[in-house]
Amino acid sequence: MTETEIYTPPILETTDDLAEMARQIRRDIIRLLTMAQSGHTGGSLGMADIFTALYFKILKHNPQTFWDDHDQDFLFLSNGHISPVWYATLARAGYFPLSELATFRKINSRLQGHPATDTHLPGIRIASGSLGQGLSAAVGAALGFRLNKSSNFVYCLMGDGECQEGQIWEAAMTAAHHKVDNLIGIVDFNNQQIDGEVRKVMGVEPFADKWKAFGWIVLECDGNNLADFLNAARLAQSLARKEKPVVILAKTVMGKGVSFFEGTMPDGTNWHGKPPSKDHEAKALNELPPTRFGDF
Amino acid sequence: MSTKLQSRGEKATRAGFGEALLEIGSDEKVVALCADLTESVGMKKFAEKYPDRFFNIGIAEANMTSIAAGLTTTGKIPFIGTFANFATGRSFDQVRQSIAYSEKNVKICASHAGLTLGEDGATHQILEDIGLMRSLPHITVIAPADFSETKRAVKAIYKHHGAVYLRFGRPAVPDFTTDDIPFEIGKAIELNSGIDVTIIACGVMVWRALQAAYKLEEEGVSARVLNMHTIKPIDVQAILSAAKETGAIVTAEEHQINTGLGDAVANVCARSFPVPIEMVAVMDKFGESGTANQLLEKHGLTSEAIIQKVKTVLKRKAMTA
Repeated sequence: MTETEIYTPPILETTDDLAEMARQIRRDIIRLLTMAQSGHTGGSLGMADIFTALYFKILKHNPQTFWDDHDQDFLFLSNGHISPVWYATLARAGYFPLSELATFRKINSRLQGHPATDTHLPGIRIASGSLGQGLSAAVGAALGFRLNKSSNFVYCLMGDGECQEGQIWEAAMTAAHHKVDNLIGIVDFNNQQIDGEVRKVMGVEPFADKWKAFGWIVLECDGNNLADFLNAARLAQSLARKEKPVVILAKTVMGKGVSFFEGTMPDGTNWHGKPPSKDHEAKALNELPPTRFGDF
Repeated sequence: MSTKLQSRGEKATRAGFGEALLEIGSDEKVVALCADLTESVGMKKFAEKYPDRFFNIGIAEANMTSIAAGLTTTGKIPFIGTFANFATGRSFDQVRQSIAYSEKNVKICASHAGLTLGEDGATHQILEDIGLMRSLPHITVIAPADFSETKRAVKAIYKHHGAVYLRFGRPAVPDFTTDDIPFEIGKAIELNSGIDVTIIACGVMVWRALQAAYKLEEEGVSARVLNMHTIKPIDVQAILSAAKETGAIVTAEEHQINTGLGDAVANVCARSFPVPIEMVAVMDKFGESGTANQLLEKHGLTSEAIIQKVKTVLKRKAMTA
């Protein structure tokens, strides 16, 4: 791979610009999943708006100095199975060549099914996939920032189903106890997991109250509304550094952007862990018109 | 080189860990985390001297393991301390994904390993930890023999970049190793020269291996003793030299017979130079309450048991000769 193959990220000023990039990232997700014929469609599509907002507006980050420079915000993805949205966003943000998206889940690829560090893909700081570990890792990084007197933030993305893992709450307790106030959690609150609706499999409600009871400042927003999420993220930054961690419960729709991937199917199943077929791909891309950024 | 090593008195290996941790604490990159066992595992002095760099995570070992992995992303060198059972069995998936697979520079410092934990009984006496840890790629596994060697090991793993599992124990045990031979990760130390058989031991069994060798010498058997403090990466050269030069091996460890030091040694020999091997280990059983010495005695982890295995292996060696 050469430097020239790396996509130059555009400056995205308006929410319309961001929305167009989010649509492109959704196209990328559909295409790379169809090429792989393996992977998680629903959660990836549902989080496309949040990833776009984070990497193009919220995060202080520099792909060129990812490995060497700790003076930037860190992002941890705890629910690693939505790697397609992370990979597509990282490529669009200039971390690695767009062409590499075609290698997802294939032999010898840096784009492992779940995020890995041993393939040295820029953008990823720790492996994730076995659920529940990412918030702990983020707490560790946030404590490290504090010791290093860094003014940067640590962001940690989690799933709502993932919050059934006890370790999430161990980490939540630790963050509050040690007054980790440079940490912003973002939960993909889509009420979906592999076996169906979260509320039916193992309810997490009262969700906001749980986080509050664990000592966190809790914000809620529409995670598929860019303006609403940007407001929540900026509010989270302004509420941080007051001896408390902050979490944003971002309501999203699994499969957002493609009508027939959204939410729960009539038979009770969902598009959590299935890739699109070629037929699905064509129909899905029809619902997501091409953008000025172009496909990979 | 067979000057007999003497015990300078009894000291706990966990105390050696605590002293060395305090020394390397002068480096601001060093941070320590504990799960509600600060004094037990020997971290109290570090916690008092460097309160900003000590984090009590409470009774949440899996969480502590992943937090340590996160700390490394900011350039820190985390030392996590808890009982060996909780550091490995309880937190295996976190060690596997957050540390080993992610290639994080975390030092997992595990006290109260094995039967010598004593009265608490089998729930806490992990005898499977070496096996669990040595099955993982990207992780170094070390079980030092005494207080002094634990100190040297801590300083060595601090300088080594990479994940390490350091196993030590609760009771005071003979302190006998010396600085003559520097501690080098992955390099066995020959504590007694010998030509008839080699005893390869780790942890508290090294002292017992030496006592066995001294006794055997009186009976005319020349036993080499290797302190195999590093179980992974194992010192292949030392094992193969032992196999070729002495033709018989006895391993000794405070661990299940499956998956521990004995298996690691047998693996090397089976693939390159098979010789008769006998193993002193816990025979696929859980521990129980009792004093450390009572338990070692009951489960056959003694110098007498090593001598018996040496006699058995020498018979086998004679039959194959």
